[in-house]
Amino acid sequence: MMLIQSGAALEQARSAILQARQGREVEILVCAGTGCLAHGSEQVATAIRAEMERAGLAGNVRFFTKKTGCHGFCEKGPLVVIQPTGTFYVKVKPIDAEAIVARTVLKGEVIEKLTYRDPNSKKRLPSYHDIDFYARQQRLALRNIGRIDPAEIEDAIASGAYTSLGKVLATMTPEQVIAEVERSGLRGRGGGGFPTGRKWRTCRKVPMTPRYIICNSDEGDPGAFMDRSIDEGDPHSVLEGMIIGAYAIEAHQGYIYVREEYPLAIKHLRRAIEQAREAGLLGPNILGSGFAFDLEIARGGGAFVCGESSALMKSVGGEVGEPRAKYVHSVVRGVHDHPTVLNNVETFACIPWIFEHGAEAFAAIGTKKSPGTKVFSLVGKVKNTGLVEVPMGVSLREVIFGVGGGILDDRAFKGVQTGGPSGGCLPASMLDEPVDFDTLTDKGSMMGSGGMIVMDDRTCMVDVARYFLRFLSDESCGKCLPCREGVKQLLHIVEQIGDGNGQPGDIERIEALGDVVARASLCGLGKSAPNPVLSTVRFFRSEYETHIRDHKCPAGVCRKLTTFEISAEKCTGCMVCLRACPADAIVGTKKEAHVIVQDKCTQCGACRTVCKFDAVLTA
Amino acid sequence: MIKFSINGKTVEGESGEMVLHVARRHGFEIPAHCHHDGVEPFGSCRLCLVEITHQDWRGWKGLVTSCLYPIEEGLQVTTDNEEIHRVRTVLVDLLLGRCPDAPAVQKLAADFGIAKSSYAEHPERPLCTLCTLCVRACEAVGANAIGTTRRGWGRTIGTPFDLPPEACVGCGTCARICPTGAIPCREDEHSRHIWERDFAFARCESCGRPLMTEAHRALVAQRSGLAASYFVRCDQCKRDDMAKVFSQIAR
Repeated sequence: MMLIQSGAALEQARSAILQARQGREVEILVCAGTGCLAHGSEQVATAIRAEMERAGLAGNVRFFTKKTGCHGFCEKGPLVVIQPTGTFYVKVKPIDAEAIVARTVLKGEVIEKLTYRDPNSKKRLPSYHDIDFYARQQRLALRNIGRIDPAEIEDAIASGAYTSLGKVLATMTPEQVIAEVERSGLRGRGGGGFPTGRKWRTCRKVPMTPRYIICNSDEGDPGAFMDRSIDEGDPHSVLEGMIIGAYAIEAHQGYIYVREEYPLAIKHLRRAIEQAREAGLLGPNILGSGFAFDLEIARGGGAFVCGESSALMKSVGGEVGEPRAKYVHSVVRGVHDHPTVLNNVETFACIPWIFEHGAEAFAAIGTKKSPGTKVFSLVGKVKNTGLVEVPMGVSLREVIFGVGGGILDDRAFKGVQTGGPSGGCLPASMLDEPVDFDTLTDKGSMMGSGGMIVMDDRTCMVDVARYFLRFLSDESCGKCLPCREGVKQLLHIVEQIGDGNGQPGDIERIEALGDVVARASLCGLGKSAPNPVLSTVRFFRSEYETHIRDHKCPAGVCRKLTTFEISAEKCTGCMVCLRACPADAIVGTKKEAHVIVQDKCTQCGACRTVCKFDAVLTA
Repeated sequence: MIKFSINGKTVEGESGEMVLHVARRHGFEIPAHCHHDGVEPFGSCRLCLVEITHQDWRGWKGLVTSCLYPIEEGLQVTTDNEEIHRVRTVLVDLLLGRCPDAPAVQKLAADFGIAKSSYAEHPERPLCTLCTLCVRACEAVGANAIGTTRRGWGRTIGTPFDLPPEACVGCGTCARICPTGAIPCREDEHSRHIWERDFAFARCESCGRPLMTEAHRALVAQRSGLAASYFVRCDQCKRDDMAKVFSQIAR
C-alpha cells in the first residue's frame, strides 16, 4: 500500500481500489477464522484455488477467492459463501471444491447437500439471508467480519475503513470527538459498561503527559471469543478506533494487549499495524494531519487476572500481572504510572461506525441506557452456537430461541450463564428480561464481555458453580486473602456438596463467605468471583438442598450421587451406548436391552449423551 | 494540611498520607497483618478495611483498605462497626484456616474470639501467611532476592527458580520482619545461614564482634555512597569512641 497523505487521498485510494475491481462478478469467501481453520478451511481454500486454476479462471477478474475472518457460525465450519448471491455452504470439504467451482461459481447453481438445514423446520436454506442465525442479527461491531480479507488493508479500505479517521482528523477537534462519543452513549463492551466518552474526557483532563491508550484483548472467559474474532477478522476497525481515541486524548503511543493463546489474532494485528504504518495511517504524521501515533502489541501469558485493568497495565509495563488498589484510577495513573485509557476490542470496533453514521444513529439502536449492539458468544446446549450480534435490550429468549434456534435436541431450557466467570446463572423465569448492562446486573448476573452459556435440564447447577469456582481458584493471582483463601474455601464447600458430604447450613455458609469475598477482595476478579455460586444458590436453591439432604443430583451429573440404568422398555439394543462406554461397563447384544454393570460404571454419563431414545435413566 | 474525620473526630494529615497511617498516629486502632511502616503498603490481608463516605458523595459509602487509601479533605472514616467487624472476622477465620499453627495468627484470631477456624484447614498447615512483608523488605534493602512464585492458592514466597538466590546478601531482614517466623534463618559466631546460603560475618575492627554479613556491607556501602571505612566498626564501638570524645570535651 502506498503512502496516503490526506483524507482526500484516502478517498482516491479507495476509488482506485474499487476501480481495479470493476468487473469482479463472483466472490468466493472462505472462512479462515480459528474455528473454521481447525475444521480444515485452509485446505478448502487451497482446493478451491486449485480448482479455479484447473478451470482456467485464475487471474480472471470476474472471479475472486478470498479468505475472510470468522463468520460466527463456527459450529458449521468450514464455511464458504459465494457472493453476490449469498449462497451459504456449511461443513465444506476440500473434495467439494470441484462441484462448487463447476456448478455454483460458473453456473450459479446451488448444491443442495452443502446448504444449511434449519434444525427446527428441517428445510434447506441456500442463502445466509434466510438463516435465522444471521437474519435476526444486527452486525455493527462485526460489520466487516466474514466480508473482508483481514490480511489485506486494501480490502478493508474498499469497505470503508479509515474513512471515519480521515473525517475526524480533517474536521474535528479532540473535544468534538469526545463529545460525539458521549452523545452516542457508548458504554465499555469489556464488561464494566463504563461510558467510553466520560473515560476519555477524564483522561484528557489529567494534566500529565504522555498519555497512553490500550486495547484490552485479553479475553479469558471460558467459551468467549468475540474479541478474538474481531482481532482476526477485522483488525483495522480496532486500529481505527484506537487512533481516533488517541487523537481525542492526545496520546502518541498505544498498546494492544493480546493473550499469547491467540496466535492468529496476533498475526493479523501485526500485519494490520505494519500495513497501516506503510500507508501512513500510523506513524509520525497520520494522513498528513501532523498527528503522531503508533501502536505496539503487548502479549500476555494468558493469566485471567490480566484482563483486570491494573494487572493488565502492570503486565504491559513488564511487571508481574497483579492488580493494585485502584483508589487512584488508571485514567489518572495507569501504564508506566501515566494517564491511560483502556478499552475493550469491541468498544474500539464500534468507534469508526459512530463517526461514519453519527452518534444519533448509534444511540437510536438498543436501549436508552445501553445503546448500540452487543456481540455474544452463544455456546452450550443451543442449536446454533457461534458469535451473534444483537441490539441491546432484546430478550434472552430472542437470543437463545430466536438467533440460537432453541435448545439442542429440544430438551428443556434450565438456565443461562452470562458474563463469564464473573457473571451468574439466570433461570427460565428471566428469559423475557431484556439484555442490557443494568438489567443483567440487577438480576444478579452481568453483561460481562458477552459470554452466554446455555444450559439444559441435564446441567447440574452445583456442578456449574464447582466448575467456575475451580476456574477462579486457579486463576486468582493469590495476592489478597479473601480471593485466595475465600474462593478456595467456597470451592471446598461446593465440592463437598457435590460429593454427597454436604452439611445442613452449607448454603448459608456459602452465602456468608461469598458476601465477604465480594466485599473485601482487592480487584474485580475477587469481587465478582462469588457470583456464579451465589446466583446458582439464589435461583436453584432446591437443587443444592437435594444434594445436601437427599444425596441426589437431580440432573445426574455429580458422579458420586448418580447411578445410571438402562430402561429395558425404551432400549432398542442399538449398541451405541455400549460402544461409547469408556469403562466397558455396558453389556448386551443387538436388538436386546443393554444392562449397565454397576461395579464397572464410572458415572461419566457418556451413554446418556449418545442415547437417541432417552433410555438411559439416572437415579 | 488535609482535614478529615475518623470516628467523628476531626484529624489532620499531610497530602499523600494514607488513612491507616494518620489514624494510628491519632491513636485509633485498626488491625492489619500485612502492614509495616518501613515498607510499601500492599493491601493483601484486607484487615485494615474501614468504611468511608463524604458529604459530597450523596450517601455513597464503601469499604476500602486504609493502608492504601490516600486521605482527602472532608473524608469521613469509620474504623469499626458491626459490618466491618463481621468482614474482618471472616478474614481472620480464613487466615487461621490457612495457618493454624502460626502463633501470630492464633493470637489475632483469639482477638476476634476464634479458637479454631470454621473453614477447612490447609493440608500443609504453612506458617507463611503470604503477607509479603519479606518481599517488600528485601526490596527496601535493595537486594530484591526473593519474590512470590506461582499464583492463587498455590502461591509461595521463594527465590528465582527455587535456587539459592544470587542477589541475597544474607541481611536477614526477611526473617526478622516475618510476623510468623516462616523463614528459616540460623546463625553462629561466624556466619548466617538463610535461603540455603551461608554468609560470613564481617567483624568490627575494634572489638571483633560480628558486624553484618560481608555481602550486606558491600551492598550498603554501594547504595549509600559512603566510604567503605564507615562500615568497619560496630555501632557499640562507634558510640564508645564518641563517648570518649565528649568526655574529653567536657573535661
